[in-house]
Amino acid sequence: MNSEQIIEVRGLTKKFGNLTAVDNLDLNVFRGDVFGFLGPNGAGKSTTIRMLLSLIKPTSGSIKIFGSSIKENRKKIFSKIGAIVEKPDFYLYLSAYKNLEILGKLSGTDTSKKKIMEMLELVGLERRYKSKVKTYSHGMKQRLGIAQALLHDPELIILDEPTTGLDPQGMKEIRDLIIYLSRTKGKTVFLSSHILHEVELIATRMIILSKGAVQVEGTVDELLKSEKVSVSFEVDNVEEALSSVNESAWKEKFKSSSKNEIIFELAKNEIAELNKFFIEKGFAVSAVIPVRSLEDYFLRITEGGLK
Amino acid sequence: MIMLVWLELQKMFKKWRTFIGFIAIGILTVIVQLALYFTGQRMIDYQMKSIEQSFVMVGNLFNGYFIARLILGALIVHVPILIILVGGDLLAGEATAGTYRMILTRPVSRFQIVTAKFIAGWLYVILLLVFLAFLSVGVSLIIFGSGPLLSFGGSKLIIFTESDILWRFFCAYAFAFLSMATVISISIFFSSLVQNAIGPIAASMALIIILLILSVIPVDFLQNLKPYFFTSHMTQWDGFFGDPVDYKEILKSVWFLLAHVIVIYGITIYIFIKKDILS
Repeated sequence: MNSEQIIEVRGLTKKFGNLTAVDNLDLNVFRGDVFGFLGPNGAGKSTTIRMLLSLIKPTSGSIKIFGSSIKENRKKIFSKIGAIVEKPDFYLYLSAYKNLEILGKLSGTDTSKKKIMEMLELVGLERRYKSKVKTYSHGMKQRLGIAQALLHDPELIILDEPTTGLDPQGMKEIRDLIIYLSRTKGKTVFLSSHILHEVELIATRMIILSKGAVQVEGTVDELLKSEKVSVSFEVDNVEEALSSVNESAWKEKFKSSSKNEIIFELAKNEIAELNKFFIEKGFAVSAVIPVRSLEDYFLRITEGGLK
Repeated sequence: MIMLVWLELQKMFKKWRTFIGFIAIGILTVIVQLALYFTGQRMIDYQMKSIEQSFVMVGNLFNGYFIARLILGALIVHVPILIILVGGDLLAGEATAGTYRMILTRPVSRFQIVTAKFIAGWLYVILLLVFLAFLSVGVSLIIFGSGPLLSFGGSKLIIFTESDILWRFFCAYAFAFLSMATVISISIFFSSLVQNAIGPIAASMALIIILLILSVIPVDFLQNLKPYFFTSHMTQWDGFFGDPVDYKEILKSVWFLLAHVIVIYGITIYIFIKKDILS
């Protein structure tokens, strides 16, 4: 991990009257991170992002991006940030091309036709570049949102729910694009999402936010490794398999069984070991299916069951 | 800043509402010109009837300048309504569309963005007044020809020679710009407070209407307040068609309106910089 800190947040709090939207949040994002910022709706993700981008003012706390405060160095910092905040909104009465041209000029970047068309091609909108944005579907606007965020080749990309409204193919394309930007282009990505699976596929580090406060923080591998999941093993002879399990240390991990399957509560790295155990004992394993999904884990944390 | 203003103008002139003012002025001016073309001579004959017994009137009194003055007087009262349509949308329109999030996360300051909006608004006012001047002075001169300008100032009848007219129109339009700049600044101020353009449009109109009504109610208290209403100073353009021109009164109104523009601009900047963008 690169130790250069791109985002440094300390004690960030935002109150709207009596409501505390973000509560004493600390955050560290390092260069090259794909930082997963997870939380259910209303957890304070968008409020945090709005504070990072100085759209709203914190009640207390400090934010440093690229080592300096936005208040003191706004122009320089913002020239290196590309962002989508919540749903991407555009001038509906203008074409996608014109929207990008305006936003590119505001960013002080190259707004030549070649550059804008490159961006539109990247997100698959090159054929509709003349169409007014009001004729675009939500998914197309989302793609255009990605294009405007990347237009000025930023070092830090802040994406707030970038796959919302996309079809599975579109979601995969955006995920692939984020991975490409991070691994090939060396960009730092701050990815807000309420979809744990999405973060698991892309992120290197993550925090889970609930009720405005951080519940869990760490690398994705660490967090998921330490979490136990219920896994169903479908084996050819359940009764005999159960006898073997009872005679082994796996007995401790046994949870329940039915006619075709045996369910264990395992750490993620134990799944392969147990599979190996069954095979070595001569059982045919036809399926290994996680019963407790990552979403359960997420829900338990955000509901306050785990600290 | 020039680039920001240019972008604002591009956005402004891609919106249908921006052209309402031009279309309305175009239609009204043409209607007034047509009506005067067919019936205007009778109107001027009627007005001149009482003095024709004492004076011999020579030359074309029913000319382009006369029409232009008439149109300016009739339309300038209603131009604020057209201007407010655009001014009220300048900031609130971004909030409604959700585009604040796009533009305020760019390497430009809020101060620059609001200033660009104000300048674009003032430029729109200039364009609208130039359009009005072109139609009312330029086209009227083509249709009705040139001649001395007949001006009725209260009980006084003034006739300006041809060489003494154009500068008066120029100054009147320059003053009208200041009046309209005040109006659009007020609407931009209201626009910075809310997230929908309807509110600022209605609030700006209501403010002008209330002040206009209050200034005509014959109550001492309100008449004492009248000089402090910006609406009372907006009609000073007419002073340039007096003889002699009361520069002291005009200058007083210029300072009064200019102070309004500067204070409103300052307050809007302050509010916008402090504002949380929640749209």
